[in-house]
Amino acid sequence: MTATIEPNTPALQFDCETGNYHTFCPISCVAWLYQKIEDSFFLVIGTKTCGYFLQNAMGVMIFAEPRYAMAELEEGDISAQLNDYAELKRLCEDIKRDRNPSVIVWIGTCTTEIIKMDLEGIAPKLEAEIGIPIVVARANGLDYAFTQGEDTVLAAMVQRCPDATQQPPAAVDDRNAIQKLLNFGKKKEEIQEDEAGYVNHQPLVLFGSVPDPIVTQLTLELKRQGIKLAGWLPAKRYTELPALAEGYYASGVNPFLSRTATAFMRRRKCKLIGAPFPIGPDGTRAWIEKICAVLGIEPQGLAEREAQIWQSVEDYVQLIRGKSIFFMGDNLLEVSMARFLIRCGATVPEIGIPYMDKRYQGAELDLLTKTCQEMGVELPRIVEKPDNYNQIQRIYNLQPDLVITGMAHANPLEARGINTKWSVEFTFAQIHGFGSTRDILELVTRPLRRNGALKELGWDKLVRETTSV
Amino acid sequence: MKLAYWMYAGPAHIGTLRIASSFNKVHAIMHAPLGDDYFNVMRSMLERERDYTPVTTSVVDRNVLAQGSQEKVVDNIVRKDREEAPDLIVLTPTCTSSILQEDLQNFVARAQLDAKGDVLFADVNHYRVNELQAADQTLQQIVKFYIEKARKVGDLQTQKTDRPSVNILGVTTLGFHNRHDCTELKRLMADLGITVNAVIPDGASVEELKQLPRAWFNLVPYREIGGLTAQYLQTEFQMPLVDITPMGIVETARCIRSIQSVLNSQGEPVDYEGFIDEQTRFASQAAWFTRSIDCQNLTGKKAVVFGDNTHAAAMTKILAREMGIQVVLAGTYCQYDADWFRDQVSEYCDRVLMTDDHTQVANAIAEIEPAAIFGTQMERHVGKRLDIPCGVIAAPVHIQNFPVGYRPYLGYEGANQVVDLVYNSFTLGMEDHLLEIFGGHDTKEVITKSVSTDSELNWSRDGLTELNRVPGFVRGKVKRNTEKFARDRGLTQITAEVLYAAKEAVGA
Repeated sequence: MTATIEPNTPALQFDCETGNYHTFCPISCVAWLYQKIEDSFFLVIGTKTCGYFLQNAMGVMIFAEPRYAMAELEEGDISAQLNDYAELKRLCEDIKRDRNPSVIVWIGTCTTEIIKMDLEGIAPKLEAEIGIPIVVARANGLDYAFTQGEDTVLAAMVQRCPDATQQPPAAVDDRNAIQKLLNFGKKKEEIQEDEAGYVNHQPLVLFGSVPDPIVTQLTLELKRQGIKLAGWLPAKRYTELPALAEGYYASGVNPFLSRTATAFMRRRKCKLIGAPFPIGPDGTRAWIEKICAVLGIEPQGLAEREAQIWQSVEDYVQLIRGKSIFFMGDNLLEVSMARFLIRCGATVPEIGIPYMDKRYQGAELDLLTKTCQEMGVELPRIVEKPDNYNQIQRIYNLQPDLVITGMAHANPLEARGINTKWSVEFTFAQIHGFGSTRDILELVTRPLRRNGALKELGWDKLVRETTSV
Repeated sequence: MKLAYWMYAGPAHIGTLRIASSFNKVHAIMHAPLGDDYFNVMRSMLERERDYTPVTTSVVDRNVLAQGSQEKVVDNIVRKDREEAPDLIVLTPTCTSSILQEDLQNFVARAQLDAKGDVLFADVNHYRVNELQAADQTLQQIVKFYIEKARKVGDLQTQKTDRPSVNILGVTTLGFHNRHDCTELKRLMADLGITVNAVIPDGASVEELKQLPRAWFNLVPYREIGGLTAQYLQTEFQMPLVDITPMGIVETARCIRSIQSVLNSQGEPVDYEGFIDEQTRFASQAAWFTRSIDCQNLTGKKAVVFGDNTHAAAMTKILAREMGIQVVLAGTYCQYDADWFRDQVSEYCDRVLMTDDHTQVANAIAEIEPAAIFGTQMERHVGKRLDIPCGVIAAPVHIQNFPVGYRPYLGYEGANQVVDLVYNSFTLGMEDHLLEIFGGHDTKEVITKSVSTDSELNWSRDGLTELNRVPGFVRGKVKRNTEKFARDRGLTQITAEVLYAAKEAVGA
C-alpha cells in the first residue's frame, strides 16, 4: 500500500501566494538533529549570515559545546582562489581529531548552491580519505523552509541505512567498530524486547526525528497492537541506522518528510504507509489504525483509549471550543495541528503552510476534511507559500481568537490585541502520541489563559491608533 | 574556510538593517533567500518591539538563481512604497546577493521612477565589513544622500541655532542600552544648557536630516557607529565633533570639557567646571561609592575586560583608574579598529588582546583566573563554566540585556549603574568563596529531602530511564505522581509504560 494517489476531495480549497513569509532557515535542523544523533557532527558550510542565524536561534544551546560548527566561507572560497576539497579536508580532519564523530553531516547552504560547490562529489572522496562517513544534505533557504531541513538530512541518510538482506549488516570499517566498542554497555536503552505478544508481520520502519521519550511512547503504542518496529530513522546513533530491504514498510511521524518518504520508496523499494500523523489523540488513533490495516491487524481498544484521553483534557478543550484559530504558516505542522484543533471544537479560517505535498499528506488532508464534516465547521482555506503582509490584513478583518505565528509577528500582533502563539514551540515541544495531548493543549491555550487572566485590566491594545500597518 | 562556532559581530546586512529600522518611516528590503529575515525576530524579541519591523525580503529562490531577479526586486520596492508609503526604502544586499552580482543599483534606479518615496541601495560589501562597520557606513550614506538632496532643491538649513545645540549621532536599535543612554545624554545636554538639534538614527525621520548643519557640534557617544557621519559633516560644514564616550566619571568630565571648548571656540563663554565638580562629588554616587571603605576590598582584584571598542575601553579605564582594580587583560573584537583600542587602554591594563575568536578569550580567562570578568554574553558563559562572576558590558547580548527599567551606561547615572555592576559581580564572587570554604549552605539537606524516597515501589530499568529523561525541575513531581498512580492500582513494578499511563491519567 503506497500513499493515497487518488485526487484529494475537491472540497478543500488550495491557494498559493507570493511566498513572502517569515520562517526559519532549514539549517536550523542541526539544532535538534545533533542532539538526536549522539555520535554525529554537523558542519554547516556557509557564511556569517548562516552562523549568525544559528547562534541567535539556538540561544543557550550554543554554549553547551555543540557538536556542530560553521565552515565559514571567506572571499577566497567564493572566488575559487582556495580549493574547496583541500579546505574541507583540513576542517574535517580538525573535527575528526577533536570530536571523533561516527558521521559528519555537511549542510549545504544558499552560498554553496550559488557557487556550485560540488559537495556530493567531494564527500565520497574525502570519506574514503579520512575514514568517516560524510552525509550531504542541501538544506538551504533557496529551496526549503524550516523543518524541511530535517527532511533533506533524513532523505540523505536513507541511502546510508544498511541492507537487511546482507549479513552481518554492511561491512563497517574499523573506526566504527571501535566506536561501537566504546559505546558498549553505555546507555543501551532499548525497551525490553520479548518476542511474545508480537504479531508476525512485514518489518516496519518509522521515520522522523522525535525526542527519545516520544520514541518510547509510540513504540509502546504499537506494541500494544502486537506491532514490532524494525527500526527508526534517525536512531540515537548513526551506527544504529535501521537496516532496510525491499518490501519493508515505512511510515512517517511528521508531515514535512516528503523527500524522505520518496527516498524510502524509490531508493530502497520500501512501501509507504500513508497515514495521518500521530499528533493529537485523533491523529494518533488514525495513525495506528492505518498501520494496523496495512499490516492486517485488528486494532484493539483504540476507541476507548482516545475517548479516555479526550476526557482527561476536557478542561483545556473547553477553552478552545468555539474559538477561531488562524495559522500563518512556517513549519509544515499546520495541517495536522489544525485538524486536531478543529476536533477540539475550534474553527480554522486559514491554514498557511510553506509547502503542501498533497500526496504525502493525503491521508492527513482526508482526515481534515472528515473532521470538518463531523464537527460541522467550514473547511479551512489552505494557503501555500503565504504572503505575510496579506495575511495580516486578513487577520485584521477576521479578528481570530488566536493566531499561530512566527516570532517576527507575535509581539506586534499582541500589541494590537490579538492573541498569538509562537509556532516554533510546536517544533521543539513533544506533540506526538496520546500522551502528549495535554502538552499541545497546554501550549495552545497558554495565550488564551494568560490573556484571559489579564482581561479585566483593559489594556488589550497597546499601540496608538495612528500607527497602522 | 574557517571553523567557527560563534561570532561577536554579525554580518554586514544586520548593520544596515539596524540603521534603517532605527529611522522612522524607513523601510528596508533585503535581497535574500527565505529565512534570512531573522533580524525581524531579534528586533521583535530582544527589543520587545510593538510595531512590525520595517524589513521585508525580496526572496531569492531557484527562479532567481536561474533567471535573475528581473522585475521581482523592482516590483517589491514599488509594492512596499504603495503599501506603507515610507519616506525611504533601503535595498539591502546580503551574502547571497553579493555573489549573484546582480546590478541592484540599476533596480533601485528603475524602482525610483515609480516609487513616491526615495530608494537607496546600501553600499556594503558582505565579505569585507561586519555589522558595525556596515552600520557606520549606511548611516553616513543616508545622511549624505539627504544633505545632497536638500542642497539640490535648495532647502538645506545651514543657519546655526541661536542657542548652543548638538546632534547626537549613532543611537540605534539593538544597540547595547542605547535607549537609556540616549535619555541620559539628553538630560546631560539639558543640564549643560544645550539644545538637542537631532538624535539620529533612532526615531528620527529623514526629513530632519537637512537640519543637521544647524547644530553647533556633533556628539558621537559610541566609537563604532556615527564616526563616519560626523567626519562627513565636519568636512562639509566644518562642524566640530566630540567623540569622547562619557562613560565613567573621568571620561564624562573629559567629554563635558571637550564640549566646553567647542562652544567657547564658537563664542559661547560657558564654564562647566562647577557643574562637573558638583556632579562628581555630590550629585552622582559613583565617586563617593568608590571611595567608601567597602570598596577597599576591591583594591588590586584581578579583572578581565572584553567587548566592543567603546565599552571595553571605557570599562578598562573605570576599573583601573576609578576603582583601583587590576585589569590583567583588556580586549576587543573590533579588530578593524585595533589601533584606537590599544591607544586607549594600554596604560590601564597589563595585556591587550585583539581577537574575534571566543575560544582565545576563554583560554586567556582560564589561564588568568580573574576574580571577575566584564564582557559579552559569551564571556558570561565562560565565567559560568569556570565559576567566575561576569558583568555584561557589551553586545552580543541576550534579552535580559534589554531591561525595561532605566539602565544607562553613559553619563552620571550611567556611572552609578556601572559601579553597581562591578561591585555586585565581585561580592557575589566573595560570597561564593565563603560558601565553598564553609562547605555550602548548612540547610541544604532539609530543603531537598524528597517525600518519596522511602517507598516500597520498584522502578524497572526502563522506567527509571524514562524518569531520568524528565527535566530535573519536575522530576520529583512526576515520580511522586507515578508512584501514587501505581499504588492506587496496586502495581508494584513501575515500568516506562506505567509512567506514561500515569502521565496520561493525571496529566503530570
